[in-house]
Amino acid sequence: MPRPFRSGARAVTAGLTAVALVALAGCGAADMTKQSSPFAGARGARTVTLSVQSWVGAQANVAVATYLLEHELDYRVDTVQVDEVPAWDALSQGRVDAILEDWGHPDQEKRYVEDKKTIVRAGGLGVTGHIGWFVPTYFAREHPDVTDWKNLNRYAKMLRTPESGGKGQLMDGSPSYVTNDKALVANLKLDYQVVFAGSEAAQITQMKQFAKQHKPYLTYWYQPQWLFRKVPMTEVKLPPYKEGCDADTARITCAYPRTPLQKYLNAGFARDGGRAAGLLRKFHWTTEDQNEVSLMIADQKMSPDEAAKKWVDGHRSVWKRWLS
Amino acid sequence: MAAATAQAPVAGTLAPLRATGRRRAAAKLLALAVLAAVLVPLAEAHWPGGAWPGALTVDLSGPLGRASDWIIDNRDSHPLFLYFFGYVSNAIVVGVRAVYLVLLAAGWAGVTAAAGLVAWRLAGLRLALTAAAAFLVCGLLGMWVPTMQTLALMVVAVLASVLVGGLLGLAAGLSERTHRVLRPVLDTMQVLPAFAYLLPVVLVFGIGVPAAVLATVVYAAPPMARLTALGLRDADQGVMEAVASLGATARQRLFTARLPLALGELMLGVNQAIMMALSMAVIASVIGAGGLGDRVYQALASVDVGAALAAGIPIVLLAVVLDRTTGAAGERLGAGRDVPRGPLRGWAGWLLVAVLTVAAALAARLAGRLDWPGSWEVDIAEPVNRAVDWMTGHLYTGVPYVGGTADWAGHFTTWVLDPVRSGLQWLPWWAVLLIVAALSWLIGTWRTALTAVLAMAAIGVLGVWKPSLDTLSQVLAAVAVTLVLGFAAGVAAARSTRLERWFRPVLDVLQTMPQFVYLIPVVALFGVGRAPAVAAAVVYALPAVVRITTQGVRTVDAAALEAARSLGATGGQQLRQVQLPLARPALLLAVNQGVVLVLAVVIIGGLVGGGALGYDVVFGLAQGDLATGLVAGAAIVCLGLMLDRVTQPTERRAGKGA
Repeated sequence: MPRPFRSGARAVTAGLTAVALVALAGCGAADMTKQSSPFAGARGARTVTLSVQSWVGAQANVAVATYLLEHELDYRVDTVQVDEVPAWDALSQGRVDAILEDWGHPDQEKRYVEDKKTIVRAGGLGVTGHIGWFVPTYFAREHPDVTDWKNLNRYAKMLRTPESGGKGQLMDGSPSYVTNDKALVANLKLDYQVVFAGSEAAQITQMKQFAKQHKPYLTYWYQPQWLFRKVPMTEVKLPPYKEGCDADTARITCAYPRTPLQKYLNAGFARDGGRAAGLLRKFHWTTEDQNEVSLMIADQKMSPDEAAKKWVDGHRSVWKRWLS
Repeated sequence: MAAATAQAPVAGTLAPLRATGRRRAAAKLLALAVLAAVLVPLAEAHWPGGAWPGALTVDLSGPLGRASDWIIDNRDSHPLFLYFFGYVSNAIVVGVRAVYLVLLAAGWAGVTAAAGLVAWRLAGLRLALTAAAAFLVCGLLGMWVPTMQTLALMVVAVLASVLVGGLLGLAAGLSERTHRVLRPVLDTMQVLPAFAYLLPVVLVFGIGVPAAVLATVVYAAPPMARLTALGLRDADQGVMEAVASLGATARQRLFTARLPLALGELMLGVNQAIMMALSMAVIASVIGAGGLGDRVYQALASVDVGAALAAGIPIVLLAVVLDRTTGAAGERLGAGRDVPRGPLRGWAGWLLVAVLTVAAALAARLAGRLDWPGSWEVDIAEPVNRAVDWMTGHLYTGVPYVGGTADWAGHFTTWVLDPVRSGLQWLPWWAVLLIVAALSWLIGTWRTALTAVLAMAAIGVLGVWKPSLDTLSQVLAAVAVTLVLGFAAGVAAARSTRLERWFRPVLDVLQTMPQFVYLIPVVALFGVGRAPAVAAAVVYALPAVVRITTQGVRTVDAAALEAARSLGATGGQQLRQVQLPLARPALLLAVNQGVVLVLAVVIIGGLVGGGALGYDVVFGLAQGDLATGLVAGAAIVCLGLMLDRVTQPTERRAGKGA
């Protein structure tokens, strides 16, 4: 007797549809751009979620901010590793509350800060970033003229690897980083192949291995970076940067600019974040400070928390100002 | 994981099949040759040159870029987001949060007690001890809170997968038409690399937990659906007839006969869903899943293998405990008996579990030890890092006689990867299509061949022909290495029980360890480039191949083996002339699984310099450039489809139909 079952099912379906419609109409809109992380604010704690980018300098900022928020202001801090551009989206949605180190993303800034007003600027970090091409100092000492781009082609043969297919290898890192290297190599007519390591971790591992073997290499790298203390590197001079020379990235022929790194907060957090938002706004330190913490994390393999504690204990006067 | 699809080979029926098979193969090749003779000159006249013709590509970057901009601009205003995706996302956030709060409220004592007791109730005392110990180790490693975050996410994702997969499976199990529609879709989803799922989800939901949960559900639901459908369709006809003759309604038939009969498969489905979800835990951290996966991901940023391992071990432990517990529960349910002995029986048993858990949680709370005490943590990162440093320091180069790993990697790249890649890229595009057609038709039907060729052609149309062939060359090289090593190890293990016992824990760990953990040591050993990507892929795919080979060789018909032995065949002859030919179906399955698993990791190899499609996906995720990422993701999907069809014997799909 299948009939009763069928009509019953139909009734159930109709009922469910009705309930769903009522629920939708009754509850109104659910704006997912205003949903915070499910792990935030557990057990009544006040929580701040910080975005960590994949490089160690960013980890150092976050470690110190976390330490101060947790020990001085009694917040609970969650960290999420997000790449640079998606971090803007996450910040605008409130999935993270702050980005502490941004290397300049004009498109995102226009979209979220100026148009949608979901993100606000929170001042500079105090650290100036610079991207460039580097060779290890031991190599530059043996061949001083390698530090000028005009002489690079003469060294292409020495910088060959199995991956670079008969040309010299210029190693690039994570795909999330700002890079014009492919265009630069083509436009400056260099006999080099850009090889993407795919992640900063892979790139660092490879550079350390090269340094151990005392082998020459040419790499895309940036300052401030803790690895310079472990593997001293010398910058290769590219044609100098002039305002606006990087406007057309396909025809670019100049070096990378120096960027004062910026902080950004979610607009809602900036408004209601209380002392935590205040601390993150005032957070401002120097390249040396950041390097000190980075080196403790990446080289001495201290946990970010321990490294932060050590720095905080030694620099009371610096961070006291952030709390006022 | 996917290895569970291994099945016993059909032995003893191969000889007559092979003769007709050979004749049929010749006919297929002839037909293809005729087709090629007509079409190739036409194609050559229209679009000369080796690479995929530019006239046949479609540039999707414009529309995709606009779509992505539209979504970001309208995410907080358009009704589609406000009234549908918003609710989905909200439900996930609320669900994960609820589970997380319960776990935190139970504290470490409560969670550990609950894990142990539930395992005891479902699977016996030994597993109970394992489960409790596993959770204590998570605490000892200083990973308690991330473990709870991952667990909360897993609970919601697995529940959703079981629900969605169960409903789909129910539909497919009850209706022939639904089954015919769903089967190819599920088949395909099963072979796709997890990485390809991330982008579409991120596009709609943005980075964060909702996106991570949904990507996990999409990945974990298909096995549940397949196994549910399989269980329902395989119900014993005699029983069904008996129930029907008793005058049961359709609904009664379903709930009193079909579902109970399928209970074993359902539990296996839950088990598979859990394993797939856990294997996604780390990959999903790329899109903001948090928890253990995020710890692994962060540790990699500072090249800290030890810390990555400390976060990876809890994942392995969770996987082992959940796998064994649900596996044992499934066996018991399938066999239709409850836990035989012990105080935990029936509903009273569950009540006791609940009471004891609450008691443990309260005890810890009263003792002021709700959170895992910091002084009980053990640091394993440093010794591990020292070991890894030593290993990479001594093996990298200049080892006497054999050369260092970096030298091998260099030779492998120059002598294997480069020739294969340039060979593939040198082949005219129609020749590649012809080869794909020939291979997939020989092993399957004209339908599978058509799918494979269309998938390959789609790659060309998407305009990523060259990087796809680059990825393909890495896959081929890695599969070759995997098969050589895997068959050797598998045959050895099949012939020696002791060796197999040694292998088992190693294979278990390799299969559940998140791939991200060994990406860095692999770079330290093989340098940046395609070689480390291939190495990681081999490590990942090897366990499945070894397992299937061992099982296939071992389960060869005993009578056939005995006959060979009585004829005086030596061990080697037995292996070559009896065991290996009879294990052919299992070996083919091993090839198929190997290809699918290798592809998944070669894509992740984009993070260590593998380049090609993997890099494009990583680039798309990292730069929010969805046009690049989605096109590469689609190409990976096509490549996976093609590789699966080329290596999947048709007997398998005709045989079980699940």
